[in-house]
Amino acid sequence: MSHDPAQGVPAPAVGPGSLGPEAHVMVGSADQFINWCRKSSLWYLLFATACCGIELMQTGASRYDLDRFGAVFRATPRQSDLMIVAGTITHKMAERLIRLYEQMPEPKYVISMGSCANTGGPFYKDSYCVVKGVDLLIPVDVYVPGCPPRPEALIDGILKLQKIIEQKRNFAAKA
Amino acid sequence: MEPKAIFEAVKAKFGDAVVELQEEGFRPAFLVVSPESVREVSLFLRDDPAMKFDSLMCLSGVDYKDRFAVVYHLYSLTIGHQIGVKAYLPREAPSLPSVDGVWPAANFQEREAYDLYGIVFEGSWDLRRILLPEDWEGHPLRKDYKYPEFYHGIKV
Amino acid sequence: MKAHAEALPTQEMLINMGPQHPSTHGVLRVILRTDGEVVVNARPDMGYLHRALEKIGERVTYAQFMPFTDRLDYLASMNCNAAWAWTVEKLAGIEVPERAEYIRVIVCELNRISSHLIAFGSFTADMGAFTPFLYAIRERERVNDLFEDICGNRLTYNYVRIGGVSADLPDRFLEKTKEFLDYFEPKIPEYNNLISYNKIFVHRLANVAAISGGEAVAYGLTGPNLRGSGVSFDLRRNEPYSVYPKLDFDVCVGTGERGTVGDCFDRYMVRINEMRESVKILRQAIAQTPDGPVMAKVPRVFKPPAGEVYFRAENPRGETGIYLISDGTVNPYRLKIRAPSFVTMNIFEKVTKGLMIADIVAVIGSFDIILPEIDR
Repeated sequence: MSHDPAQGVPAPAVGPGSLGPEAHVMVGSADQFINWCRKSSLWYLLFATACCGIELMQTGASRYDLDRFGAVFRATPRQSDLMIVAGTITHKMAERLIRLYEQMPEPKYVISMGSCANTGGPFYKDSYCVVKGVDLLIPVDVYVPGCPPRPEALIDGILKLQKIIEQKRNFAAKA
Repeated sequence: MEPKAIFEAVKAKFGDAVVELQEEGFRPAFLVVSPESVREVSLFLRDDPAMKFDSLMCLSGVDYKDRFAVVYHLYSLTIGHQIGVKAYLPREAPSLPSVDGVWPAANFQEREAYDLYGIVFEGSWDLRRILLPEDWEGHPLRKDYKYPEFYHGIKV
Repeated sequence: MKAHAEALPTQEMLINMGPQHPSTHGVLRVILRTDGEVVVNARPDMGYLHRALEKIGERVTYAQFMPFTDRLDYLASMNCNAAWAWTVEKLAGIEVPERAEYIRVIVCELNRISSHLIAFGSFTADMGAFTPFLYAIRERERVNDLFEDICGNRLTYNYVRIGGVSADLPDRFLEKTKEFLDYFEPKIPEYNNLISYNKIFVHRLANVAAISGGEAVAYGLTGPNLRGSGVSFDLRRNEPYSVYPKLDFDVCVGTGERGTVGDCFDRYMVRINEMRESVKILRQAIAQTPDGPVMAKVPRVFKPPAGEVYFRAENPRGETGIYLISDGTVNPYRLKIRAPSFVTMNIFEKVTKGLMIADIVAVIGSFDIILPEIDR
């Protein structure tokens, strides 16, 4: 955690009580620290149903690299805190999606990626077996539009989610 | 072989079971056969040395408004000719013998026709719904299908 | 002691390789009945991505259905687009300008390369080697750049239109494609050095799920799966369409090089070799592309004559067939898509008897299935 000013790395801006460039100490609230840790290691569940899944894979690969945000993919919901719902959800898949969501431990977040997960996508009008939006099943934090969204758009969605996490108050004031 | 020649050969063997040849506007041409004879005609088309239709390209159900049909597209890898076989079925209780003993490739496609049209393939070794959930009601690709309101509490 | 051990009763396990799984290439559920590690019965359960494309096809017009063909096999979007366009053109007798046909072949072959790259990358990732996946995506990103130049999208292109293509090639596209081919061609031996002949990789794939030629034909396998079983049949050579008769290439066939003919390794090697052949086709097509218009005259309100037509195209995953019935109105009457992956899954239950659970993953990967095609 030391930031050596001699190497040109500026002192951290976090915390109201940061002690200037010579200091090697960060001061902040517990909320800031916990949220910083949580937002910087969002492990996402590989939940790719359709085309957006390929864009998700390509975002995680070398050119657009989700790993630099600390986000690695996990195959099991028990070890992930972010579910990126990428692709169309059908009625047959809906129960499994809810079950996977319930298997994730708290705190958990959901990004709805792509038109199909947002509202049912191009299948909105005439399809009898597509769920018209994943928010009919589970609570969604961030919607990323696009068909499929570009990797930059998905990264933008993750950064917005990081902003949401930053503002969370973990220790609620006693009423 | 030309479709006309195939039609003549099949008609010579099966007589009345072969109803007509649909050629104009149909590519490939279709032999229309009676539903009960589908299995025998298929075996003949697969095994006869002049026909050798060893590959079932596609099996589909169709809903012509007054009746159903099951359409088979056949191809021969050795000789290189194509033909179609069509069997018309009535709208109530459509059923015909299965051809999955002739071409095993037929199984999943028959299940799909059953799932989406309700056409029953007698003698199939495995006839269940394949694409829709097990407890789905109705057969969606029929022209008179009404979309359900809710499924398991989720709006359709 | 041995007799005592043999008398131990064992129980079958029922394991669910569920719809969400890193190695099933999509939302495929396989219900496994196993005796320890050995599979007694593996039944696939599909339909988790059934989006009613065929019903939608009956309610939209011919031109409006084009973006839906993208979502049919999204790794080979251009191929599916082109198959739909060729089907409707066959029905209506539309003459496509030659430049448009060459452009279609160029984008189809580029898409074949990028589809086989994902097949190669995800297959090796399933086998446990993650690096080839990153290499494959690196190459695929370059193809995505080319496609972005052409039509603006990286995955679902909607570029081909009925009667031609939607827009002419941008500046220097053919030079950039040639640069990509010069960059890509030495990568294939690099992949072979990296993983293809690796002892562990070969040991996992050789002699697993060997399918004979006759079985493959009877079960409806097409494309690389059929050629991996030794049957030399390629629609681009045997039933050519578009400008393929003017292009010279070899048909890659499985030879049982490390095991039996028709095992997983053969199917994998056929895909690697097909990438090389696609490079060859692309070089010729780039050299032969003429100038001219890129779109035929198709009426705005398009009503093809009534009739039924079946067209098949050689997609990266096999033979995509479209059976189209038209009744003379603006909407198709019936639209049946014969998806290669759907018919390939017919043989899955038979071929996986007696394999280990890890081999199931190898079999699914070697068939290179993709779920939206299976479920439509």
